[in-house]
Amino acid sequence: MTSISDREKLSYIAAQAADARVNVELETEGMTLNIGPQHPATHGTLRIIAKLDGEQVVAVDPVMGYMHRGYEKLAEVRTYPQVTTLINRIDWVGSFANEVPFILAAERLMEVEAPPRAQWIRTILFEMSRIANITLFLGDMGLQVGAVTPAFFAFRDREHVLNLIEAVTGGRFHPNFDRIGGIKDDLPAGWITETRRVMKKMRQYCDEIEALVEGNEIFQARTRGIGVIPADIGLSYGLSGANIRGSGVDWDVRRDNPCGMVHNETDWKVWTHPDGDSFARFWVRLQETRESTRIIDQLLDNLPSGPIMAKVPRIIKVPAGEAYVETENPLGVMGYYVISKGDLVPYRVKIRSASFNNISITPWLLKGVYVPDIITILASLYFILGDIDR
Amino acid sequence: MSRLSSTDAPTDEAEATPRDDTARNELVARLTAHLGEGLLESHIEPGVDVWLRVSRESWREAAAFAKDGLGFAYFNFLSGIDWMPSPFGREMDSQIDTILAASADHDDVSAPANADDGLEQGLAGGETRFQVFARLNDVVNGLGITLKVDLPDDDLSVDSWVPVYPGANWHEREAKEMYGFSFNGHPGLRPLYLPSEFEGHPLRKDYPLLARRMKPWPGIVDVEQMPGDDEEEDGGEA
Amino acid sequence: MSASLNIIGELAYWQQTGIRVGAGLAAVLLIAGTLVYLHLFKLVSFMQSRLGPMEAGPFGSLQLLAEVGKFLQKEDIFPRKADRFVFAAAPFVVLMSTFLLVVVVPGGPDAWFIDTELGIYLAMAVSSISVIGILMAGWGSASKYSMLGGLRATGQLIAYELPLILAVIGVVIQAGTMNMQGIVFAQAEGSIFGWDGIGNPYILTQGVAFLIFMIAMQAELTQAPFDMPIAESELVSGYMTEYSGMRFLLFFIGEFATAGVFSAVAAVLFLGGWYIPGIDPNDNIMNVLGPLVMLVKIVGLTFVVFWARFTFPRFREDQLQKLAWKVLIPLALANIVVTGILKVAF
Repeated sequence: MTSISDREKLSYIAAQAADARVNVELETEGMTLNIGPQHPATHGTLRIIAKLDGEQVVAVDPVMGYMHRGYEKLAEVRTYPQVTTLINRIDWVGSFANEVPFILAAERLMEVEAPPRAQWIRTILFEMSRIANITLFLGDMGLQVGAVTPAFFAFRDREHVLNLIEAVTGGRFHPNFDRIGGIKDDLPAGWITETRRVMKKMRQYCDEIEALVEGNEIFQARTRGIGVIPADIGLSYGLSGANIRGSGVDWDVRRDNPCGMVHNETDWKVWTHPDGDSFARFWVRLQETRESTRIIDQLLDNLPSGPIMAKVPRIIKVPAGEAYVETENPLGVMGYYVISKGDLVPYRVKIRSASFNNISITPWLLKGVYVPDIITILASLYFILGDIDR
Repeated sequence: MSRLSSTDAPTDEAEATPRDDTARNELVARLTAHLGEGLLESHIEPGVDVWLRVSRESWREAAAFAKDGLGFAYFNFLSGIDWMPSPFGREMDSQIDTILAASADHDDVSAPANADDGLEQGLAGGETRFQVFARLNDVVNGLGITLKVDLPDDDLSVDSWVPVYPGANWHEREAKEMYGFSFNGHPGLRPLYLPSEFEGHPLRKDYPLLARRMKPWPGIVDVEQMPGDDEEEDGGEA
Repeated sequence: MSASLNIIGELAYWQQTGIRVGAGLAAVLLIAGTLVYLHLFKLVSFMQSRLGPMEAGPFGSLQLLAEVGKFLQKEDIFPRKADRFVFAAAPFVVLMSTFLLVVVVPGGPDAWFIDTELGIYLAMAVSSISVIGILMAGWGSASKYSMLGGLRATGQLIAYELPLILAVIGVVIQAGTMNMQGIVFAQAEGSIFGWDGIGNPYILTQGVAFLIFMIAMQAELTQAPFDMPIAESELVSGYMTEYSGMRFLLFFIGEFATAGVFSAVAAVLFLGGWYIPGIDPNDNIMNVLGPLVMLVKIVGLTFVVFWARFTFPRFREDQLQKLAWKVLIPLALANIVVTGILKVAF
């Protein structure tokens, strides 16, 4: 585990504290700027109340709950297969990935294991939802710092992946495809060839974004050294995914705690970046997307044959017990703590969603930055509102 | 407890059998040594997970030791559990689900359908209706632990974790509004999701799901044809 | 300068004025319309791999009329706490600056609106009026977003006024006149090391000034990468946030018309204006060809403006202030010194 050196960390914290002090000493009259809940920069209805001194932020207070749907309560009155319909809507941009940890938790409680082919297809779709999700981030990040065009490229190329997902699952956004003990259907004819073609295209898209956004001097000026999260602060706030890997923490659940998926059958790399700033988070996500296309290519190479469904009863009753399963979703670590009492319905489902933790660092992180940086930092943390509010 | 799940080694069946989990055993031993009486109960599933229940007094101490002494620097989540069986019983479920379940029930594990048999706590035990549970990770070794603490009904409060893990801030605010717990030393237990005039604690089992009262749930209207049920299975390409 | 006899010259003064005002309106509105359709609708759509408007008219060419019709129908909303007079007047002040700017741009040996010895001086002076309009819009809206946008715009426009003017000084030194026609003639009659095949467009000798002028112009237009005052991802729409209907349309026209007019000024200063190599600049035919040449040059320059606008991310305001004060202004001053020395030497 690499991390930012102590000296850098201390100097950063000292600088932030100094900024805050200046504001206190000058005692200039502040202004409260309310960003959201209806605002072009927020992906949904996150509201941020920022106390400003000029253009500098003195304190921010994120306000959520405009989209709180109470999934934890609703899951308690739905049978296990029905729950996946709900949790699809948590991170609606990469929704298949939401189903997987819940299904895996139920499988662990039922002591069933999906057949190899099902695991393979599950992993492929899991990585595909990551590509669909992060593709959008890569374009959106450009949009948030003022470059309009990358967003259009993102929507254009994401369509290819969505088409693939639709071809298998029948749904572009809410597949509801994962089942306890396997998956619903097998792959359609011709899908594998098409997938290889699209993966090549997605790598081109990554190159394009690299040239258009990442390599741009203005983009680097706007993101480098902005919103630095030291590794230990990130850990104690429970940041995950590219946000923590951007701070140099080499931790990826796909590799370190594989569960029901076969990422480790392939040759891939967990990317980290030592800087911990907005640029690092963007960079890590870009590499991750490339890595995902490679994972999918390799999985297609050695896709096993066989059944796609284990023997599970028609009416699913999950034996009493508790299980927590987390996976490395596009937004970060997502986990479900499922408590069963041997009933048709789960007794309690705690949904640990990535964005909730990721965004909880904002009151610390946004202190002392300038108003334009609020937007880039929030964009680089990459949250989906459904993933915060659940 | 043996689990033939796919958790640790999906390719090798032999490894999935119960084994001595030295890393987790050592973890529990070190926590026991540090907390002494504070650690009430522990439960290890070898190769999978570990649950620990600590006393209310040593809740924050357990977190501090886990963070600094055991390397669990990663704060995962914190929430609550209400172990009281729902006073509404199966009222919230549709009738057809219950009937189908009864017909599919051969081994009769349908325990708490109308459970008046009191509280039944989960792994690592418990004595009270409410528990706070939290999860920490060791990102270096890839381990995770679940910590639980009992909250007596007459005093639903426990020490806040915010001084140890600042990330617990929002989780404790959520637990406060969803269960009505209070966390001593928390910098500001304002509601997180719910409007400030909201009454009640929605995730408690005795909080009715009003939508179900208004409109009954249709339940399982059709059981999906599982691919495993058919004879011909290979519809796709191999 | 010598004004040859022509049709316009024989008309009465009020008739001449009428023609010039009408032509001025056309110059602003037609150019704005052309730029919106050609660049905003079509060029950008092509860059972003989409079609752009296709329904209204052939290839969506009437889309602009539909948009104008839509804006005119919309309700003219005043925020409750707005300073009503300031709020209402702001778009007109911005547009006025554009109209005043266009009058100095010549289109041919006799096709000018006004022909004053202080041409470029006047242009630089009136172009800063728009700052007042933007500040009025930001203040009058009684909205925090508008206020922040207006203040950012003011800081930015004042900062970039300087490099803009300093870049022009190099041209003025070389041409020896501030008269816009004089600058065109100086380029038309100049020669490159004795070869006068294409005259001497000042982009060759004043390349640095041209670069500074284009960058400063981009900032004056508040186009990306200098669109911090608008910054739709944080300030919604900056000083225009609270505007709707007709007044928003005025801002919109102002934005594109100013892009065209600034490009016209740049074309005159650096690209030889309306002059065509090989044709005598005093020939009467230039009164017809000149405006066309100008149009081509305007479209070419605005193409660069919009290309940059839809490619680059935006600077933070402290970064763009740094660029103005620490890079562009010293560079422009150095350019003036070098130009002055060379002027005296040769």
